[in-house]
Amino acid sequence: MDEMDDKRVNYRYIGKPMARRDAMDIVTGAVQYTDDLKFQNLLYGKVLRSPYAHALIRSIDKSKALALTGVKAVLTWQDIPDFRGGTPRNVRVLDKKVRYMGDAVALVAATTEEIADEALDLIEVEYEVLPAVFDIDSALKPGAPAVYEEYPDNILPGGTIIYGENCLKGVVRGDVNRGFSEADVIAEGTFGYENIPNALPPESVGAVALWEEPNRVTVWGTTQAPYLDKVTLFHVFNRQVEIRTIAPQCGGGFGTKIMCWLVQSYAILLSRATRQPVKVMFTKEEHMANFTLRVGSRINAKVGMKKDGTLTAIQGTWYVDTGYYSFTTQAQVAIGSGELMIMAQCPNWDLKNHVVVTNRNASGATRGFGGQELKCSFIPLLCLAMEKANLDPFEVLKKNYVKPGGGYYWRDGNWYNFRGVDFSKAMNEGAEKFGWKEKWKGWLRPTLVEGARRRGIGVGVHGNADIGEDAAEAYVQLGYNSTATIFLCVTEHGTGQKSNYLKMVAEVLQIHPERISMTPADSLVTPFEFGPVGSRGTYAIGSAVIRAAEDARKKLLEFAAPKLGVMADELDTADGVVFVKSDPRKGIKWRAMGNDRTILGYGRFEPDFTMCNFMMSFVEVEVDTETGKVTLLKVVNATDVGQIIDPHGLEGQLNGCIGSAGIDSAIFEETVLDRRTGHIMNANLIDYKWRTSAELPALEHVVLETPFPSHRFHAVGVGEIATSPGPSAILMAASNAVGTWLYEYPVTPQRILKALGKTGNEPGGAR
Amino acid sequence: MAKGKTIRTRRKALETESIRLVINGQTYDLNIGSRFGEVEPFHTLSQTLRDTLGLTGTKLSCDQGACGACTVIMDGHAVLSCKLLTVECDGKTITTIEGLRDRDTGELDPLQKAFIDYTAFQCGFCTPGMIMTARALLDERPSPSEDEVKEALSGNFCRCISHYQVIKAIMSVAQKER
Repeated sequence: MDEMDDKRVNYRYIGKPMARRDAMDIVTGAVQYTDDLKFQNLLYGKVLRSPYAHALIRSIDKSKALALTGVKAVLTWQDIPDFRGGTPRNVRVLDKKVRYMGDAVALVAATTEEIADEALDLIEVEYEVLPAVFDIDSALKPGAPAVYEEYPDNILPGGTIIYGENCLKGVVRGDVNRGFSEADVIAEGTFGYENIPNALPPESVGAVALWEEPNRVTVWGTTQAPYLDKVTLFHVFNRQVEIRTIAPQCGGGFGTKIMCWLVQSYAILLSRATRQPVKVMFTKEEHMANFTLRVGSRINAKVGMKKDGTLTAIQGTWYVDTGYYSFTTQAQVAIGSGELMIMAQCPNWDLKNHVVVTNRNASGATRGFGGQELKCSFIPLLCLAMEKANLDPFEVLKKNYVKPGGGYYWRDGNWYNFRGVDFSKAMNEGAEKFGWKEKWKGWLRPTLVEGARRRGIGVGVHGNADIGEDAAEAYVQLGYNSTATIFLCVTEHGTGQKSNYLKMVAEVLQIHPERISMTPADSLVTPFEFGPVGSRGTYAIGSAVIRAAEDARKKLLEFAAPKLGVMADELDTADGVVFVKSDPRKGIKWRAMGNDRTILGYGRFEPDFTMCNFMMSFVEVEVDTETGKVTLLKVVNATDVGQIIDPHGLEGQLNGCIGSAGIDSAIFEETVLDRRTGHIMNANLIDYKWRTSAELPALEHVVLETPFPSHRFHAVGVGEIATSPGPSAILMAASNAVGTWLYEYPVTPQRILKALGKTGNEPGGAR
Repeated sequence: MAKGKTIRTRRKALETESIRLVINGQTYDLNIGSRFGEVEPFHTLSQTLRDTLGLTGTKLSCDQGACGACTVIMDGHAVLSCKLLTVECDGKTITTIEGLRDRDTGELDPLQKAFIDYTAFQCGFCTPGMIMTARALLDERPSPSEDEVKEALSGNFCRCISHYQVIKAIMSVAQKER
C-alpha cells in the first residue's frame, strides 16, 4: 500500500476513543496484579538487609532462624552458587560484601510473612564496617574506598553489550576548538540534577517463583518487560536454568520495572531451596530504599553559541552516579548522549562521561532514561549562554532541535540522518497556546509582580530516537468465527498499549476489536518482545503486531482465492468476509476455513533509529517571596505524534508530565540521603509526597498529527518523554520569577529564600 | 472514634472471640485467632479483606495511611483500610470495590461507568481507592463543586497523573446526580 494511502482513509478504529480492554476489570477490582494472584502452598520470602552502607560480612549464624517453626529456608551468600547480574555482570545476588545500607544479606522463606519477619531478627551477622562513599565527589577522590575491588577508582567500564561493540560512550565530532573560536558567547560551569528523585509507581515490586525439577522455573512478577527478564535471568543463572516469565497486570512502571531481576532472583533461589512457590514482595519502604532511583547527573561543561543562537561547540564531562551498581546506566548514558544531540544540533562535540559507583541504593532505568538527567544538567548551562546573547530560549530550542536533513549519533555508535517530520510547527502552536511571546520579558525578569508574589515562565524540550528501538515479534492467529488472537509478550502497565494493538489489528483485518483477544504476557506462549520501554510501544511493537496481522490476512486471502476462482491480490476482507474487490457481492465467510483450521501470521520489527519523537513543555510558576513556596500554575505540552491511536490514552500519557519524577522533581521531589551514614531519610509516602488533586496546575496539550514514515498508520509514541522537558523549564521559570539564577533541583522554599538573600541557612536536602 | 470506645470495642471483640462484618451485603462471622481463615488481633482491615476474604480489589500501596489506595466505605464514610484493625470493625458495614455494582442487576455504579468512558485511569492501581472515595463523597454530597471533588480526592495518590480524567469522570456523574 502506498505510504500515504492510509492517511486518506477514514479509519474505523484508529484515532477513535475506545474503552480500554481491561477497563471493566479495573473499575470492578477484578484485575489481578502480582500480589493478587493465589497459589497453593505459597511461602513468603523476606530479605535481611544490611544496617551499614559498606561492610564485609565476617560471619552469619542462621541456626536460630532455621529453628523457628514455619521457617523453610534461610539463604546467605555461602549457600548459593556465584550467580551474577548487572552491567558489567559483576553483582552477586548475595555477596560477602554489602555495598549500601539495605543491601541483601540473607533470604528467608516461611509459611507466613510474620514468621519470615521474625526469622530475620534471629539471624546473627557480624560485620566489618568499611569507609563508604556517598556521592560523586567522595567516590572520585584519590584513595577513596572502592565499592568494587574490580574498579578501584569507582568508575564502571563504559558501554553495554546489548547495544553492541561500538555502544555510544560519548560524543566526539568536528573540532571543538574551532567551534569555540567561532562562538560569540561562551558559557561554562558545573550543573547537576542530583536530587535522585524516584519514579516509583504505587504497586511495589515483587515476584512469585515456582521451581520445578530439574532446572525449570516459572516467575510471575511485577515486571513491565517479561521477555527481557527471561533473557536477563537466563544469564544470571549461568545459562543453566530454563526460565518462563509471566507478567500479570502491572501497577505502573515508569521504566523502573525493567529492573526486577534481583527480587525475581530472590524468589527463584528460595523456591529452588524449598521446592514450593515463594512470593517476595517489597514493602513500600523497601521499594523506595532498596529498588531503583533516578541516576544522579552532573556536568562540567562549556558551550559556544553565535549571536543568532546557532550552537558552535559543546565540550565537557558528564558524571553519572549510579549508586551501588548498574543494570542499565551505561545504556542510559548512550541514549542520553544521543538525545542531547537531538535537541542540540551542533557541529562540534567533545562530551565524555563517567559512570560512578557509590554506597547508596542503585539508580537505573527510569522514565527519561539518561536524557532527562543530562538535559536537566545541560539546559541551565545553555541558559547562561542564551542570557549572554540575550536570546529568547524558545527560539534557541526551536532552532537547534533536529530537523529533516539533520542527524545524531545513536546508541550503537552509528550516525543516523533524521527522516522524521519538522517539529517547528508544533513548537509554534505550543508557544501560541501558552502565550509565550506575550509573557516573555527577558532573562531573570518576572512576567508579573503582585505584592510578594512573582510569576516566571520557562520552556524545555526533549526527544528520543527510541521509538524504533529493539526488536519486536508478534503472532496473529485467525479463527474461523471471524476472530483473531494476538500472541504478544506485553503486559498492560498503564499506557493502554494493549488496547491499541487490538485497534491496529482490527483496522488491518477490518473486524471489530471485540472479536480480538490477546494472550497473557507469557514467555512460553509468545515470541520475543523487548518490552514497552521508552516510547517504542507504538512504532516498534505496533509494527510487529501490524505485520503479523498483515501476514495472517495475506494467508487468509491466499486460502480463499482458489475457492473464489481469483488471484489473492484481487481479494479484500471486512467483517469476517473475504470478497472480490471488483465485485464485493462475490465472497466467502471466514467460516470457510472450517473449525479445524487456524491461520497464523508472524510479524517482526527490526530496530530503526532514523526517527525521534518530540515534546516541548512551557511552564508558568508563581513564587511567594515571603515563604519561598513555588506554585505551578500552568503547563502546556506541545508534540506531534503522526497519528493519534487513542485520544484518551494519549491524554493520560501527556498528563503524566507532572508525576513519576517529572516536573515535580524540580519543585519538591527528592530522595534525602544522609551523606554521613547512607541512610535514606524519606523512604515512605508520608515523607516522600506526590502531588495531589488539590494542587493541580492548568494543563493543556497541543498535539499535531503530521504523518510519520513509520508504519501504515504513520504514528509514533511519545509516552515516555512527557516528564523530561519539564524540570529544567521549572528551574528557568523560578529563576526568572525571582530574578536570580537557581541551579539546584528541587526549588525548595529554603533555596528560594536563600537565592533572595533572606536566609543564611544552608539549603536542606540533596545537593 | 474516641480512644476509650476503641479499646472497649476491641476488648469486647477479643472476649467474644469472634467479630461480625457485613461486607458488600454479605455477613462474615470471623473468629479471632491465628489459624487459617481467622483474624489475628493485629490484622488490619486491608489484610483481612485481601488475604482472609480474597477481596483483592482493595489495593495496598504505602500501608501507612498516606496514599489512599486501600480506601473502602465503612458505615457511609471513606476509610483507609490499612489504618484500621479488623477487630475494631466489629459490627460495621463495609463496601469494597467488588461490592459497588448493583447487587441485583449487576449494573455498574455510574462512577464505574464514567471511569470507563473517560479512561480515568492508567495503571489502575489507585483506581479502586479513587472510586470508593468519590462514591462516599457523592453519597454525602450529590452535587459537589469541582474544587470539592479535588479536595475530597486529595488523599488519593496517583503516580500516572490520572487526576484530570478522574475529575472529569466524577463531575460527569455529579452533574447527572444533581
